Amino acid sequence: MARKLPPKDVVIVGLGWTGAILAHELTDAGLDVVAIERGPWRDTATDFNIGYMQDELRYAIRKDLFLQPAQEAMTMRNNTSQRALPMRDYGSFLPGTGVGGAGVHWNGHTWRFWQSDFQTKSHLTQRYGEARIADLQVQDWGVTYDEMESAYDRFEHLCGISGKAGNLNGQIQQGGNPFEDPRKRDYPLPPMQMTYAPTLFAEAARSLGHHPFPTPAANLSKSYVNPLGIAMGECTMCGFCERFGCANYSKASAQTTILPVLMRKSNFEARCNSEVLQVNLDATGKMAKGVTYVDSSGVEWEQPAEMVLLCAYGLHNARLMMLSKIGKIYDPQSGEGTIGRNYCYQTNAGISLFFEDKNFNPFIASGACGQTMDDFNGDAFDHGGLDFVGGAGINCIPTNGRPIGFRPTPPGTPRWGSAWKKATKDHYLSTFGFSSQGSSYAARGNYLDLDPTYKDRFGRPLLRMTFDFPDNDIRMSHWVSDRMVEIAKALKPKQYVEGRRNKSWSSVPYQSTHNTGGAIMGADPKTSAVNKYLQSWDVPNVFVIGASAFPQNPGKNPTGTVGALAFHAADAIRNQYLRNPGAALVQA
Amino acid sequence: MSDFPRLASTRRQFLTSAAALSFVTIASRTYAQSISGNLPWHPFAGEPPQPSLAGWYFFKPDEARAIEAIVDRLIPADELSAGGKEAGCAAFIDRQLAGTYGDSSRLYMQGPFMKGTPTQGYQSNATPAMRYRAGLAAIDAFLRKSKNHGFAELNTQEQDAFLKELEGGKVDLGSIDGKALFNLILQNTMEGFFADPIYGGNRNMVSWKMIGFPGAHYDYRDHVGKHNQPYPKGPISIAGSPDWSHKS
Repeated sequence: MARKLPPKDVVIVGLGWTGAILAHELTDAGLDVVAIERGPWRDTATDFNIGYMQDELRYAIRKDLFLQPAQEAMTMRNNTSQRALPMRDYGSFLPGTGVGGAGVHWNGHTWRFWQSDFQTKSHLTQRYGEARIADLQVQDWGVTYDEMESAYDRFEHLCGISGKAGNLNGQIQQGGNPFEDPRKRDYPLPPMQMTYAPTLFAEAARSLGHHPFPTPAANLSKSYVNPLGIAMGECTMCGFCERFGCANYSKASAQTTILPVLMRKSNFEARCNSEVLQVNLDATGKMAKGVTYVDSSGVEWEQPAEMVLLCAYGLHNARLMMLSKIGKIYDPQSGEGTIGRNYCYQTNAGISLFFEDKNFNPFIASGACGQTMDDFNGDAFDHGGLDFVGGAGINCIPTNGRPIGFRPTPPGTPRWGSAWKKATKDHYLSTFGFSSQGSSYAARGNYLDLDPTYKDRFGRPLLRMTFDFPDNDIRMSHWVSDRMVEIAKALKPKQYVEGRRNKSWSSVPYQSTHNTGGAIMGADPKTSAVNKYLQSWDVPNVFVIGASAFPQNPGKNPTGTVGALAFHAADAIRNQYLRNPGAALVQA
Repeated sequence: MSDFPRLASTRRQFLTSAAALSFVTIASRTYAQSISGNLPWHPFAGEPPQPSLAGWYFFKPDEARAIEAIVDRLIPADELSAGGKEAGCAAFIDRQLAGTYGDSSRLYMQGPFMKGTPTQGYQSNATPAMRYRAGLAAIDAFLRKSKNHGFAELNTQEQDAFLKELEGGKVDLGSIDGKALFNLILQNTMEGFFADPIYGGNRNMVSWKMIGFPGAHYDYRDHVGKHNQPYPKGPISIAGSPDWSHKS
């Protein structure tokens, strides 16, 4: 029996990016907020030590900062005819844990989605006809880019994003991304200084008529003081970014942008090493009473609250809704139910270029220092004569030269012995790659639900993931890979080696921690779990904030939009919900 | 609440009081970490890596001889670098198997254990420590039967030939998947060769010197714009550099 605690105004599940933003905004509005985080407290000065953070084995290979499968695993299968089995180790994607969440160890690519992304279904239907997307389950988000613009702007300025505007109030800007939708002002910091490989990539792409530009980076090109008054440092290009905490206050995270202010507020409390088991509903099942969590000694607590904000990783948000019986779990046979619907991923491919006479110094790198071109992303190009929808950003962003993971050798090289060693030495400095980060469009058979067999350490069912790349996305990826070959040829390497995307999705090799959907936003409660303000259709004092809200995933990294959605939801709560607590902000 | 003067005027009537906050703080101090009012800071809160000490922690003497001979063929000594044995790869694997990697304590190890598709990944209940113990014993039994010697006693041509067969899945080790065992040993050997020397392998940063990786350098800003130019500094590890100590 859980011990009951005194009530709070707001309980937040998870203290990562979205939890920290919501906590900051709602404490500013005068509410008493507690955030319950299942992982440990972590901060730059204490945990991301500059003396030993550059440790590839510990942080990148053994994944010291990540959620460990022993704490919570998931099961997976490629389709409903298979039996799902647990991912005994996380491989394809790596969820975070602890204060700061996955925002601690991200690379820092920070994008805005486009109006055509927010209206995927209506846009594609209007341009290409309904038949083109008949095999997919793409949907509109229920918000427009214009509604999101100021939220994007606030997140970018919170973080100190380094980049170059491509479209300022409708005016195309030289050197930026000409395909982006209008922004009201430029990024807070100029782009990062480019290393050699992205510089060559951009020259080659330009020679083919494409439009490369500096990737918007949450690694800081200069020192910066954000709107909360928190100072950050210039990135030193140490090459230990993704999978690592930044020891230099140079990568935007909750730690470096919000917590120093948030933690000093007397109306905020963080409870760490405490895992929320479920959201508690009242007898009607239509209002949340708070949450039950278990602390590190195994004691269960009930935390009553007037509002519950699910701010865990998107997959965990979806699972908590299922475990709490908020909404109905999606059924792929009938197409009914909304929780678990439209799980999407990312459709990536790559290409490696081997040179004889070049030195790229791959270890001089940051998570987001590079060049992107969006000429073949989303609906930036005409799909009229093509057999797919969607697209991919093409990115040349060499993030590191850490040698356990980065040891390129040409095909045919033995994996061991003296010949292996010579090839490893010969190609380490003189090889680089670029990649396509492709859209992942929703399909009826790709979804999340609860596993019937496997349980977590508390005896609750694990999340079950049923996913494979839709045929549309595979066709898209191959078409973009053809474009990458053209760029590779223009770079005149000694040899290029393609890494194309094919079925089936494997849970083993790392691909991307961009898992989206499962509690998607939209205008219709029959096909979405939350409304355009991230408020649950079924339990209106629950808001669900994260990439769980994406109806499908564009060919861009999600964090910029996740951060913007957090500000968007915070505005709705502050300006609308608190006037009439407990009421739905959108009538079903 | 004194630092929140706006609170009183903006609070909505449905909102509950936070008067009992102190109870939560006291109660949670016992059971979990409650943080409020400041950024917590404790000296030595982080966990620095523990330097690897001499001796064997996991391998028995026969196993140690075999694994040293194996890593020395996977990474042979030649004009480019020292071999895997001298580089400490066996010692590295030993320490890893004696720790949380070896016992899979961080992985999901609840049953039922069932065979899956390749896309579902490794599904056995055997931990790396169990796989090495059983695997090295099976290799030894196989070689003693077919060659009358353990792996360490074979000449290098015979060792290489055996490893190639094992890699290709052509060695029948009974219930043990020889190819998977080879892949595990190869993966751990490479980890040891290229990881920071603090974990027992990559002694004297031998692999980093070979390929030109500067290791735990932290600031490359002065070289970002020097495209296509070799980086001039040698490597350093978490424990520093031999150049830093006094030379007598």
